[in-house]
Amino acid sequence: MKKKRLWLSAIALLVPLLAVPAMAQDDAGGVQEAVQQVVDRPPAAVTGLASNDAPNDAGRLLIVTFERSADDGEGENDVAAYEIYRGDSLISTISPSDVLERTITYSDNSPLIQNGVIYKYRVVTVDSAGNRSEARADGAMASGQWFHTGRVNMLVSIILISAFILYFIRKAQSGAEIYLRPVAGLKAFDEAVGRATEMGKPVLYVPGIMDLDQVETVAGIIILGYVSKMTARYETELEVPVSRSLVMSNAREVCKSSYLSEGRPELFKDDMVHYLTDDQFAYAAGVDGIMLRKKPAACFYQGKFYAESLILAETGNSIGAIQIAGTASPTQLPFFITACDYTLIGEEFFAASAYLSQDPKLVGSLKGQDWGKAMIMLIIIVGTIVETLHALGIVPFTMIHLLEAG
Amino acid sequence: MSRDVWILVSLGLVAALTAVTIGFISWGVSNHAIGFGFWIGSLLTLGIFSYLYKDNAFYKFSEHLFVGVSASYWIATYYWTQIDTNLWGRLFPAQFPHAGHQQNLFYVIPLILGLFMLARMIPSIGWISRWSLAFIVGLYAGLRLYGFLQSNIMEQTRDSLRPLYIPGSFVDSLNNTLIVVGVICALLYFFFSREHTGAFGVASRVGIFFLMISFGASFGFAVMGRISLLIGRFNYLIQASDASTGYASAVVTAGMVLLLGIGALRSRGDTQEA
Repeated sequence: MKKKRLWLSAIALLVPLLAVPAMAQDDAGGVQEAVQQVVDRPPAAVTGLASNDAPNDAGRLLIVTFERSADDGEGENDVAAYEIYRGDSLISTISPSDVLERTITYSDNSPLIQNGVIYKYRVVTVDSAGNRSEARADGAMASGQWFHTGRVNMLVSIILISAFILYFIRKAQSGAEIYLRPVAGLKAFDEAVGRATEMGKPVLYVPGIMDLDQVETVAGIIILGYVSKMTARYETELEVPVSRSLVMSNAREVCKSSYLSEGRPELFKDDMVHYLTDDQFAYAAGVDGIMLRKKPAACFYQGKFYAESLILAETGNSIGAIQIAGTASPTQLPFFITACDYTLIGEEFFAASAYLSQDPKLVGSLKGQDWGKAMIMLIIIVGTIVETLHALGIVPFTMIHLLEAG
Repeated sequence: MSRDVWILVSLGLVAALTAVTIGFISWGVSNHAIGFGFWIGSLLTLGIFSYLYKDNAFYKFSEHLFVGVSASYWIATYYWTQIDTNLWGRLFPAQFPHAGHQQNLFYVIPLILGLFMLARMIPSIGWISRWSLAFIVGLYAGLRLYGFLQSNIMEQTRDSLRPLYIPGSFVDSLNNTLIVVGVICALLYFFFSREHTGAFGVASRVGIFFLMISFGASFGFAVMGRISLLIGRFNYLIQASDASTGYASAVVTAGMVLLLGIGALRSRGDTQEA
């Protein structure tokens, strides 16, 4: 009996000793399994996934937006990438570190996007272990909009300025007297051509170095029409080197019609308007060469200019020509002011055609533009007062907010 | 020498230079290693600079070469970037796969407008080219209107809306006041339909002062840029005067000065004889 008790006691002691490692083994397996479960758990899918047509555009653009995964920046924090699919095609992979915001936006402007076709997007969240989870968006269709809702202020401005201009054009056409203040540079046009005529030397006209897509070039060509009328009237040689083929064609047309209108078509020659080169400084070198060899008595620089402005004006100055420049390029105006006898600054240059022709349409348009400027000044004055009162804490709103709200 | 002989000599010189350059390139010899590029660069740079003395044969040669090469360069560039890639590439993508475009038959319109421009070569139908010109001028007038209104009017006006008094900052207050006064006065200067007399005249005169101060600042800034370009060119000439280049710029300068001096002496002799 005593022997049996001893055996039972020994077994009772041994069981826990044997059981502890077994239990420990079980515990280790359990932890490993738990760790395995944590590593293998797929990342949380993105939320709030939506695909929409981009507003206020010409179409062919869809916007995909979604909130980051719950495991990106928090949770397991192991998201490696977001894969964006259009249908079955992977179109972009975004790394979480590439975007700062919580909401991620992707613009799909692929050339494959067509207006009126429904596209379905899905975003796959991939974690560092390669686990994936997917979210799907409803289909979206791209379309163009005729009206940009964010540009109402532009519409109002255009309507107001156009209304001013049209009103004063009608007024000028009805015979109303519209006063235009004298501009020194414009009075000098006749004087310059007259001087060249007296000296028996040519007139050089440079319509800038840019193409017809620049409004300054167009203004320069219009003024060329006036100058060429004078050279036709006085039988003075005219030289118009150009740097763009389209400007050459247009300038020829203008000169031809001027010579016709003055009744001297036989004096017009195509070669008086000739192409040099499109290259900026090669053109400047070419015009300088013409100046040095032909020694024009009057040089007109009317158009869009860049760094060649001073090279041209200094050469004209060195040959003793009377020089009249006109441009709206703010960086080149100082050079023309320094080196030329007269300079039409910015708006004066655009107003020149109205001054020179006295055409009621152009004169009325100038008056209308003055009213546009008055409107802008009024906005600035009122706006400045409102902003100052806001800075002093007297009014709670700002003028900028009011304009944006409008 | 007659004009024709000059033209022939110049063309021969250009052809020889082109042949030598092509030869060096095809033999895989670096231009700079043998100093050939430095010789050409020095000759053309100093040729253009020689204009500061007076119009002369070196300037004429450099100028005509510059104008001719750049004109042909731009023609080739426009052909390959616009006509080949942009026009044919979109009209006939199968025949012009290198353009990488899909077929777009809307490009028939620019093709037709371009052909209209070429009609100028036939005087009887030359008037058709005016349609293309009218299209371009009208199109860009419309497109630019919006851009100008947005950038030159709306944005400028918006940026001029500033408080004249900022509590605790005298400098910012003064700065804002100067900006607002400057903008208003400069706008008044560009009023054409009202006589600039009295208070209006004073304000517009203040406006032109503001404009001139800004032009002065712009002038100084631009001149600094030009001086740095000049320094760059001088650096090139100094580099080209190195023994490894065969003292290119030094020899060219000496030769040019010698020839211009001989020319000046001869012309003085001719004047005295006359």
